[in-house]
Amino acid sequence: MGKKQQTAKIVSQTMLADGIFDMELQAEEIAAQAKPGQFISVYVNDKSKILPRPISICGIDAEKGILRIVYRIAGEGTKQMSSYQKGDSVKILGPLGNGFTMKKDRAILIGGGIGIPPMLELAKQLDGPKSIVLGYRDSEMFLKDEFEAYGDVFVSTEDGSVGTKGNVIDAIKEQGAEGNVIYACGPTPMLKGIQAYAAENGIEAQISLEERMACGIGACLACVCQSKEADEHSHVCSKRVCKDGPVFDAREVVL
Amino acid sequence: MNLSVDIAGVTMKNPVTTGSGTFGSGEEYSEFLDLAALGAVTTKGVANVPWPGNPTPRVAEVYGGMLNAIGLQNPGIDVMIERDLPMLQEAGATVIVNVCGKSEKDYVEVVERLADQPVDLLEINVSCPNVKEGGIAFGQDPKALYEITKAVKAKAKQPIIMKLSPNVTDITEMARAAVDAGSDALSLINTLTGMKIDIEKRDFVLANKTGGMSGPAVKPVALRMVYQVANAVDVPIIGMGGITTAEDALEFIMAGATAVSVGTANFINPTATVDVIEGIKAYMERRQIEDIQELIGCVK
Repeated sequence: MGKKQQTAKIVSQTMLADGIFDMELQAEEIAAQAKPGQFISVYVNDKSKILPRPISICGIDAEKGILRIVYRIAGEGTKQMSSYQKGDSVKILGPLGNGFTMKKDRAILIGGGIGIPPMLELAKQLDGPKSIVLGYRDSEMFLKDEFEAYGDVFVSTEDGSVGTKGNVIDAIKEQGAEGNVIYACGPTPMLKGIQAYAAENGIEAQISLEERMACGIGACLACVCQSKEADEHSHVCSKRVCKDGPVFDAREVVL
Repeated sequence: MNLSVDIAGVTMKNPVTTGSGTFGSGEEYSEFLDLAALGAVTTKGVANVPWPGNPTPRVAEVYGGMLNAIGLQNPGIDVMIERDLPMLQEAGATVIVNVCGKSEKDYVEVVERLADQPVDLLEINVSCPNVKEGGIAFGQDPKALYEITKAVKAKAKQPIIMKLSPNVTDITEMARAAVDAGSDALSLINTLTGMKIDIEKRDFVLANKTGGMSGPAVKPVALRMVYQVANAVDVPIIGMGGITTAEDALEFIMAGATAVSVGTANFINPTATVDVIEGIKAYMERRQIEDIQELIGCVK
């Protein structure tokens, strides 16, 4: 077994919030191997859009062979995806990337915006006590209820309508979330803040990055990020987000 | 049925190779296919030393294709010799190494390092639109192309294939310059220089501002150029530009290409290369064609 390209049947699709969609796909072989923090490439059916859309995995049901993705409409391709109905088919490739390394330590899971979905499967699979910090724009708090089954949930909103007004770091400080290891996914400024917070507090942080991709499997070198040391594969300070990541130790990358 | 073709004395078991830069060293794709099943693996461009490439974003999607400005990031010839070439040899692949450089000296150094390596053919990249020095600078002036070809040919142990840029007024003039200087074969086309602007950010989408366009949308332009060059020079041609299906590949072969490269299509479908090979076989069976030679340049 390994990465697999297949046509997957859509089991369900619903809108969770403005521009945020929840899709379930029947994909036995990919679901059987997938780990929290990995992603799939979704190929839209419109052939004028040639490149796959990398979308993080939000839920894995290996028994039923179902993968769940929660994505935001970011352009024409994802807009088309959002129009697909139950019973339609879509081509996907996965599972891709490395995923999170699950530790036993008390954890802080942090998701910001469309970086929230991959944290859900991690919250489900991760053993031990955990605090979950979710950063939203406003009171449209998609997936929040589902996280509550797995730990204490702390919320920040940009407009201050719920929880701490500000970002996820503000919420951690104000609401006192504690842990010895951070797992995070979200926009780069948020990850940069987490990188600094982890360094100040001397704790490990695993951060999931995003970059424009083409092949999704480490061949084309489109989606690189800057690494502190020369990378073993590239021999320059450049790591592949799709293959060496998307999850990196915050200490090894320059944001 | 014979699918094998000859490029400058090297036999490819079928006419399908990979577009340089779209297939890495082949390692990532070996998870999806048998590298030995391809006519050849054409590697990503390699220089004498590691190159860091361009800042991101490096790619953007455009209608029916994409732009890339990777900037020839590569780990350098030492790593290729230690890691990639043994892997390809072990896999039983026919190997075309794509060579890039910033100066004549760089190209010659790489070619000399490859002299005793398990490499069948050398493809010389004088047509990358995304690097400031070298690259396309050699590929847009017939005199410069003649000189670099001559210098590389003088030191190369394997046959050389000069890879031509479509970003010229008359590609046959460039083809003749390369062949006059001793190029054993030609490959074309490299990408077409393009641009994309994000109107919300009022900025270029690519950090490099411009990038090379590839994908299905460039195929008619590439096909026309392959046809022109095939009728202008007398060396084998590896045709490429938007080939996604066997039908696309057959068009290039009929226009005069001895072999073809599948490039951007690898991003759409990791098994695009082997699917193209199977499709060519199916066409030949259906049309009862015994030898692929019958098809090469059959459209005059």
